[in-house]
Amino acid sequence: MSIDTAPTVSATALDATSGAATRRDILHRLLMTLGPILAALVIAGCILLAVGVDPLAYYGYVLEKGLFSPLGIQQTLTRMAPLLFLAAGLIVAFRAGMWNLGGDGQFLLGAVTAAASAPVFVQLMPAWLALICSFLIAAVVAMIWSLVPALLRAYQGVNEIITTLMMTFLGTSLANVLVKLVFRDPGTTVPQTRTLPVEDRLPRLFDTTITSGLLLGLAAIIIVHLVMTRTAFGLKLRIVGANPRAAVHAGLGVPGLTIAVFAISAGLVGLAGAVDIIGVQGNVRADWNPAYGLAVIPAVFLARMNGFAAIGFVFLLSVLSIGGESAARRLGVPNHFTLVLVSIVLIVLALAEYIDHRYNQSRRA
Amino acid sequence: MSSLSSSSVAARDIVALEGVTKRFPGIVANDSIDLSIRPGEVHVLLGENGAGKSTLIGMLSGLQQPDEGRILVDGKPTPITSPRHALALGIGTVFQHMMLVPTLTVAENLLLGGPWWQRPRTEELAARVAEITSTLGITVKLHAKISELSLGEQQQVEILRAMVRNSRLLILDESTSMLTPTGIDELGALMRRLVEQGLSIVFITHKLKEAAAFGDRISVLKLGRKVGEIPPERFRTLGEQEIISEIVELMFGQQKDDPEAVDRPIRTVRAEAAPLLQVADLAVAPTDNAPGLSSISFEIRPGEILGIAGIDGNGQKQLAEALAGQRVATGGSVRLEGTAIETLSVGERRQRGLRYLTDDRLGEGTVGTFPVSINFFLKQVGTAPFWRNGFEQRAEIDKRAAQLVREYDVRTPSLKTPVARLSGGNIQKVLLARELAEGAKVVIFNKPTYGLDLANTLASRQRIRDTAARGLAVLLISTDLEELLSICDRIAVIANGALVGTVENVDDARTKVGRLMIGLAA
Amino acid sequence: MNGLFSEVFLSALLFGAITAAIPLLLAGLGEQMSEKAGVLNIGIEGMMLAGAYLGFVGAFYSGSLWLGFLTGAAGGVAVALIMALLCVRIGLNQIVIGIALTLGLEGLTALLHHFQFSRSYPRLPAADATVIPLLSDIPVIGSAFFKHHLIVYLAVALVFGMGYLYRRTQLGLNLQAAGDKPAALDVAGIDVIKTRTIAVLTTGALAGLGGAYLANVGAGLFIPFITNGAGFLGIVLAMLARGRPIWVLFGALLFGVCLSLTTAMQVAGINIPTDVIQMLPFLAVMIMLVLFGRRASLPAALGIPYERGAR
Repeated sequence: MSIDTAPTVSATALDATSGAATRRDILHRLLMTLGPILAALVIAGCILLAVGVDPLAYYGYVLEKGLFSPLGIQQTLTRMAPLLFLAAGLIVAFRAGMWNLGGDGQFLLGAVTAAASAPVFVQLMPAWLALICSFLIAAVVAMIWSLVPALLRAYQGVNEIITTLMMTFLGTSLANVLVKLVFRDPGTTVPQTRTLPVEDRLPRLFDTTITSGLLLGLAAIIIVHLVMTRTAFGLKLRIVGANPRAAVHAGLGVPGLTIAVFAISAGLVGLAGAVDIIGVQGNVRADWNPAYGLAVIPAVFLARMNGFAAIGFVFLLSVLSIGGESAARRLGVPNHFTLVLVSIVLIVLALAEYIDHRYNQSRRA
Repeated sequence: MSSLSSSSVAARDIVALEGVTKRFPGIVANDSIDLSIRPGEVHVLLGENGAGKSTLIGMLSGLQQPDEGRILVDGKPTPITSPRHALALGIGTVFQHMMLVPTLTVAENLLLGGPWWQRPRTEELAARVAEITSTLGITVKLHAKISELSLGEQQQVEILRAMVRNSRLLILDESTSMLTPTGIDELGALMRRLVEQGLSIVFITHKLKEAAAFGDRISVLKLGRKVGEIPPERFRTLGEQEIISEIVELMFGQQKDDPEAVDRPIRTVRAEAAPLLQVADLAVAPTDNAPGLSSISFEIRPGEILGIAGIDGNGQKQLAEALAGQRVATGGSVRLEGTAIETLSVGERRQRGLRYLTDDRLGEGTVGTFPVSINFFLKQVGTAPFWRNGFEQRAEIDKRAAQLVREYDVRTPSLKTPVARLSGGNIQKVLLARELAEGAKVVIFNKPTYGLDLANTLASRQRIRDTAARGLAVLLISTDLEELLSICDRIAVIANGALVGTVENVDDARTKVGRLMIGLAA
Repeated sequence: MNGLFSEVFLSALLFGAITAAIPLLLAGLGEQMSEKAGVLNIGIEGMMLAGAYLGFVGAFYSGSLWLGFLTGAAGGVAVALIMALLCVRIGLNQIVIGIALTLGLEGLTALLHHFQFSRSYPRLPAADATVIPLLSDIPVIGSAFFKHHLIVYLAVALVFGMGYLYRRTQLGLNLQAAGDKPAALDVAGIDVIKTRTIAVLTTGALAGLGGAYLANVGAGLFIPFITNGAGFLGIVLAMLARGRPIWVLFGALLFGVCLSLTTAMQVAGINIPTDVIQMLPFLAVMIMLVLFGRRASLPAALGIPYERGAR
């Protein structure tokens, strides 16, 4: 890169140089992202070939059902709503250097509390207020759920990977207990919560089936991105993430920030659960666990924790999973194939980044 | 050795370097260096930080490979491919940063490296160690955990490790930086006994006195090149002062005087002025890996520079951190302009004008991946005019950063360059700019020239003098006595977390501080 | 309620606890070795799934359980090889690659299962038990502890073998050095990359074996996502055990009892959701962490790739 070779540039010339470099940077980034995705599609295609499925037909079908058919694209965009909230929550945590791997537990608890509270609230108050209250409760419950790992990490230095993993197992079970014992709808035989009537759910966009939760999710992730990149608070979190000792040296209250990170992250993940229930599902069935948490982590990594890029990857993930579900029914390829594809993309991209880094290094030397 | 029969002079070398060159991104660390290491000799490699000493050792110990030139072992060209290979060739290294596993015992550390399927041969080792230690006159606790040993003891373990492995060549990298003056003398005596047993020693240092006291042969490195060598024949005919002045000439060219010994400008510290910083009975509890502090008291007036001398690891960092508010004090008071600040947070102390320039520039001073511009304001996140209502004002930040870059002569490709890509000297300038910026009243410098090249060292020292000249109070913590003597008004000596005495920096200060450092009364 | 405390019931409960504990034990022991050497192996769930699938395939087509264990372990090693190449050799982020491997193997094994077995759902015959004479005649305990497949006894013996390895062998020293101060190991002449690779591959073998046991002995068949978080539990166990294999055994048994209890309660027709009991071990561990949660003593270089000469 040109900026590395010039040893000194006078301060006035700084902006011009970096401006030119940025455009090349973006192009380079784009290439570094699309190249590996293509390579991953080829590798995954070989796996399809091996099990006797025509990869071109499969990819074509997935694209058609997930992207190009009117119904498919609507389903895809609807699916994005909870995933965007999840991605937003993970971006906050990962950028601050905290590995919140407890997404599923927080998601389900948010979902269950929203499912339990919304049908009650809509009878007590106007629908819009009821939904806001349900959202709030879901967020608060998820926040409280993250408090134990947060406190342990902030004041005892206990590794958050173990604690959030345990809390996610615990949360998944607790969500089930709540559905089966506490919030069970007495009117049904299968254990599930009371169903929120369709007319009380989040409105759909225009004449489509797309949930307006999509807009909320987009707003959430864009706000998170702006907060992380443009504000003092976001910068503080990034300092804690990039160099915790520098954070202490600079006088930042690291324990307080740690707790804030967990609260915001879990709160957003809880909202993801709520938006899925209040916008789409309407109730929570026992043993329901879409395991979005683990699936969104790769999208966030691939986006390098950039909010706008994450929107793109979440969209891609949604296309793949909606298209994959249709393909499962039609072509007999289980939608687990999506997992394989995502995994290969992640590995190839990490490899490409490594090679790129090495290449730059050797050129500089 | 069969090489005795050979007539070639070079064949007498245990290890010889011929035209060895090593490049790293942006710098030539070693530039066609020739070096011959002979049995029964202490070969001193002398050079300031950044002269290429560490790289040279890296290549001798198999951690790095030369880009050009060759290394001869026993006269035969031998690429040293790995640390294991180096050990097999009989080259043992005692690194500057201790290379022992803190969670294992001394015995286990000594045994590290044996065939993996074997049971560690503890009894065999104990016998071998007893044999070696008795001839060397040192004692080693085999069953103590490394983390329980002092740095000096750890160093002995490392030397012992090289001996256990039958090393013929022992490389000691900056081994005295962690030792007390007595420890340094003991090490010198130990090295003498080792070479008498026929070993070769490469002793790396940047201290002229040690080089003159311990060496048989001295090679001087400067900016990656070998600029001169004093062979043993000459060495023996010269007195210590003559050797030193010859080395100075080699290191710094024509000028005969030590360039570091700039005449201290006579400043008038107004004795009647009220102290800016008053510290009384400051105490800090010891932790697992750091000594505590006990009843530290001192005062600094405007325009005054108080130096803190002492061997590294005697509580210097703890003192700086306790003053800055990063470390909890268990007692005592700290007053800035007469107001107590000991209960205030790091940020509040800074706001009142107490600044701390850390010695760990990349570890805690900066965020390496963040741009230079942001690193200027790391301690002001959220304050106007750089942030308004919590939002970053990029134009303001860049404007001020560009100003600071000019003012402090930070050599950076751009304001957006990650700060870790800059050289140590330029990172230090970023820190200086940050800490000395508007509102500073008391500045704590912790080892401000550690690891810098000569030009940056001199520039940093001038910054410190200028700072005091502006009427600020300066606390200068340094392990470099020459530095303290060339800058400070008074020098306090710290040992085991307590100030053992304070000396006015006048003619006999060097002796007095030296006496305090080895535990005698000034 | 009488049935709950009958000898037969108690015996079955304990028998089930052992069966449930073995995969966790193997995963925990494996993860422990990686962590000791400084590699955080989040991909262990994927290694278990590979082991479960290939172990089942091996046992199903060969008719030999032992061959199944072998192919299972080999499956785990194959996944571990990717992890070792990407994370140990070239130093990619261990969490990213670990999660990628887990997701990938979840998908891949489910996919292969779908094309191979989803119509027939074949089962393996019940595993032969190695009955230990005399001991197995003790009431309750006898049939709970001493009538298991031979691999169970081997797994328990492995706990002590690991203990010996860590404390009494050169390799044990090397592993600990690789995790606590890799540079010291390097200058002592031992290849850090190789040491860590050995650790990761061993993890793969043990996790694969654990998966194969889960499928072949525990369930008698392979179903997608059969591990159901056992690998993650292994990570939790390894981190809590602080480098001591015996604590992995205790932890695995605690979780095993709770897992077995959920099955037993269903059989006994007790009307508490099994989820309540599934929560118990996690609750116990979390409470312990809150009460005694001093800084968990993890290796200093855990998760940090080693690069020679970098400081």
